[in-house]
Amino acid sequence: MVREAALTEMKTDTLTGADLLISALEKEKVEVIFGYPGGAVLPIYDKIYDSKFLHILPRHEQGGIHAAEGYARISGKPGVVIATSGPGATNIVTGLADAMMDSLPIVAFTGQVATSVIGSDAFQEADILGITTPITKYNFQIRKLEDIPRVIKEAFYIASSGRPGPVLIDFPKDIASSLTKQPEEQEMNLPGYQPTVKPNFLQIRKLAEAVSRARKPVILAGAGVLHAKASHELLQYAEQQQIPVIHTLLGLGGFPANHPLFLGLAGMHGCYTANMGLSECDLLINIGARFDDRLTGNLDHFAPKAMVAHVDIDPAEIGKNVPTLIPIVADAKAALTALLTQTDSPPDQKDWLKQLQEWQEKHPYHYDEKSETLKPQQVMEMLFSKTKGEAIVATDVGQHQMWAAQYYRFNQADRWVTSGGLGTMGFGLPASIGAQLAEPGACVIAVVGDAGFQMSTQELAVIQELNLPIKIAIFNNQSLGMVRQWQEFFYESRFSHSKIPVQPSFVKLAEAYDIKGYTITNAEEAHEILDEVLHNREPVLLDFRVDAEENVYPMIAPGKGLHEMVGVKE
Amino acid sequence: MKRIISLTVMNRPGVLNRITNLFSKRNYNIESISVGLSEHEGMSRITCVIHVENEKLSEQITKQLNKQIDIIKVTDITDQAIVARELALIKVQSNPQTRNEIYSLIEPFRASVIDVSKDSIVIQITGEFEKIEAFVELIKPYGIKEMARTGTTAFPRGTQRHVNQKTFSIV
Ligand SMILES: Cc1ncc(C[n+]2csc(CCOP(=O)(O)OP(=O)(O)O)c2C)c(N)n1
Repeated sequence: MVREAALTEMKTDTLTGADLLISALEKEKVEVIFGYPGGAVLPIYDKIYDSKFLHILPRHEQGGIHAAEGYARISGKPGVVIATSGPGATNIVTGLADAMMDSLPIVAFTGQVATSVIGSDAFQEADILGITTPITKYNFQIRKLEDIPRVIKEAFYIASSGRPGPVLIDFPKDIASSLTKQPEEQEMNLPGYQPTVKPNFLQIRKLAEAVSRARKPVILAGAGVLHAKASHELLQYAEQQQIPVIHTLLGLGGFPANHPLFLGLAGMHGCYTANMGLSECDLLINIGARFDDRLTGNLDHFAPKAMVAHVDIDPAEIGKNVPTLIPIVADAKAALTALLTQTDSPPDQKDWLKQLQEWQEKHPYHYDEKSETLKPQQVMEMLFSKTKGEAIVATDVGQHQMWAAQYYRFNQADRWVTSGGLGTMGFGLPASIGAQLAEPGACVIAVVGDAGFQMSTQELAVIQELNLPIKIAIFNNQSLGMVRQWQEFFYESRFSHSKIPVQPSFVKLAEAYDIKGYTITNAEEAHEILDEVLHNREPVLLDFRVDAEENVYPMIAPGKGLHEMVGVKE
Repeated sequence: MKRIISLTVMNRPGVLNRITNLFSKRNYNIESISVGLSEHEGMSRITCVIHVENEKLSEQITKQLNKQIDIIKVTDITDQAIVARELALIKVQSNPQTRNEIYSLIEPFRASVIDVSKDSIVIQITGEFEKIEAFVELIKPYGIKEMARTGTTAFPRGTQRHVNQKTFSIV
């Protein structure tokens, strides 16, 4: 009798599309979902009601996807997002573009109007496939119930393999609510998607020989090292060959900053030694970086003396911006592992290391340490030393982001969350929420500007609700600092709409969310309050009133080469 | 320079949009794009003719296309021995006086007349891009009322004579 009942149960339609979605997510071992309900996803939300996922309700879908990005960056797992059709879906567009630029694995579900009315400009219909095609790694629309398990499997696979990226699944409402029986297992069907992971042996040999002949080699390590979890191999290889390492903005933490072979951050606001290292090297080994224009400056002057080798999992990045003699299409870990087994003699680069060392000593980052006003760099140094460099730092975009990159010296991988490629203001606060959820025990600092903070303030509610112990450090210069800096340099200090004379009280705002807040106006206060709050397991908002005139140095003006930095310590 | 790129793609909704999107996103200049079924069920063949400034850009295009998940195979066949054809339908003004003249132009091009009316005829011509261009130039003075061209479709010949064949599936 029981068996018969079970059999009929299997044969009759008892599962909805939403049920299939939930069980597919369980199969992918999803733990956290960042989602916001609405009409088209109600059938899905009805199933989420009984599910075991930790569902986070951001206060704006954009906050939801940025939180998912922070989660993905720290956990290494795809961040899962749900948004309703129309406005819900268009609200995640910025986050998708951001994740695409910075290669973060995201699986986003959007509700869609019922299949019968798609194309009729129905209520809350938006052609989200059309809108997101150029800013996703791939997107799907579910057309048949029985495809749901396969499509979701494919989406997670595409998002997290090869060069990671965002994948969107558009889910018409009728498909989520109609009934079906357990569909037959379908294999993934992606004949056009086969990422190359293992390096070509001949190219590895070529690189190993080039290294052994080099006199002035450097490694430029990007976020590819972090995505591939290859920082250990990078350290081993750099030490084995005694090659100095330079980081891109997104790569920070891939190589320990306190290591003698570490030269620092390169690019528009990179340090003297890293930028000169790139300008003077004779062999440039790029591992998992994409030669972004903020890194290279004017390409005509970029690494003019170097033979370039480039390890990248995405073949389209190799040779895209910089002519490359040794292309290696591979995952960073596989390439470094292969390089480690080569037995060529290490390069003779003593003079080079000495030269770099001299530069390091002569031209470090600098600011007026004796100033009466609170300097942003000084605050960043305090945050660094008081957390022993072990905190997770999530930033927004602007001057404070660059100071964080310069002064917070990461010794470990996966402590740094920032919006690099798209440079999205409003990213920092929600990203810190995702990072904290990925590592509940970690000390997470959200480093934000007073302007960018106000693009995501509503997410304070999530911090309050979950009592996330995030330290929100506002670098309050009462201006759109980075814009103000550019206007000072390139527009004769005509500060068009870059100063914010009127601000809310950030402390009172925090209080409205039941979060403790402090205004900090000098170094003494900063020391005192940081010592008091940094190790508490509760959220806090710190409104640092920093010098409003301060600029980020060194700086490379647009169109200039890396060697043409201004504001270097002499 | 002109490049002819042959694509085998999964026959899925939105695939053409992905390709044209990629061309516009990356600022590539398309001369023509022709799409149709291929010898494999569920797959289509697309032939794109594009103009690029240099070799580096054409390599970048092939790589970007290769990255597309719905694209199975990308080959730049410009430097191979290929068969390439385009079809054009041209409606030309004609009257009893000019009709014979037009017919005498049609013959050497192996074009054919597929519709005749009081004051116009419709000519169908197939051939390589340059041949059609030449024919269009000749017929222009009579007055072209309408023209529709398919764009080039192409694939490699059975036998490749020269070996300057290019593959872009890097290392
Ligand atoms: C969404 C968005 N809009 C505009 C910009 C341009 N932008 C870059 S930095 C910046 C100023 C940021 O000011 P703030 O958040 O106060 O940080 P600060 O530079 O002062 O540290 C602006 C407007 C951007 N990056 N993102």
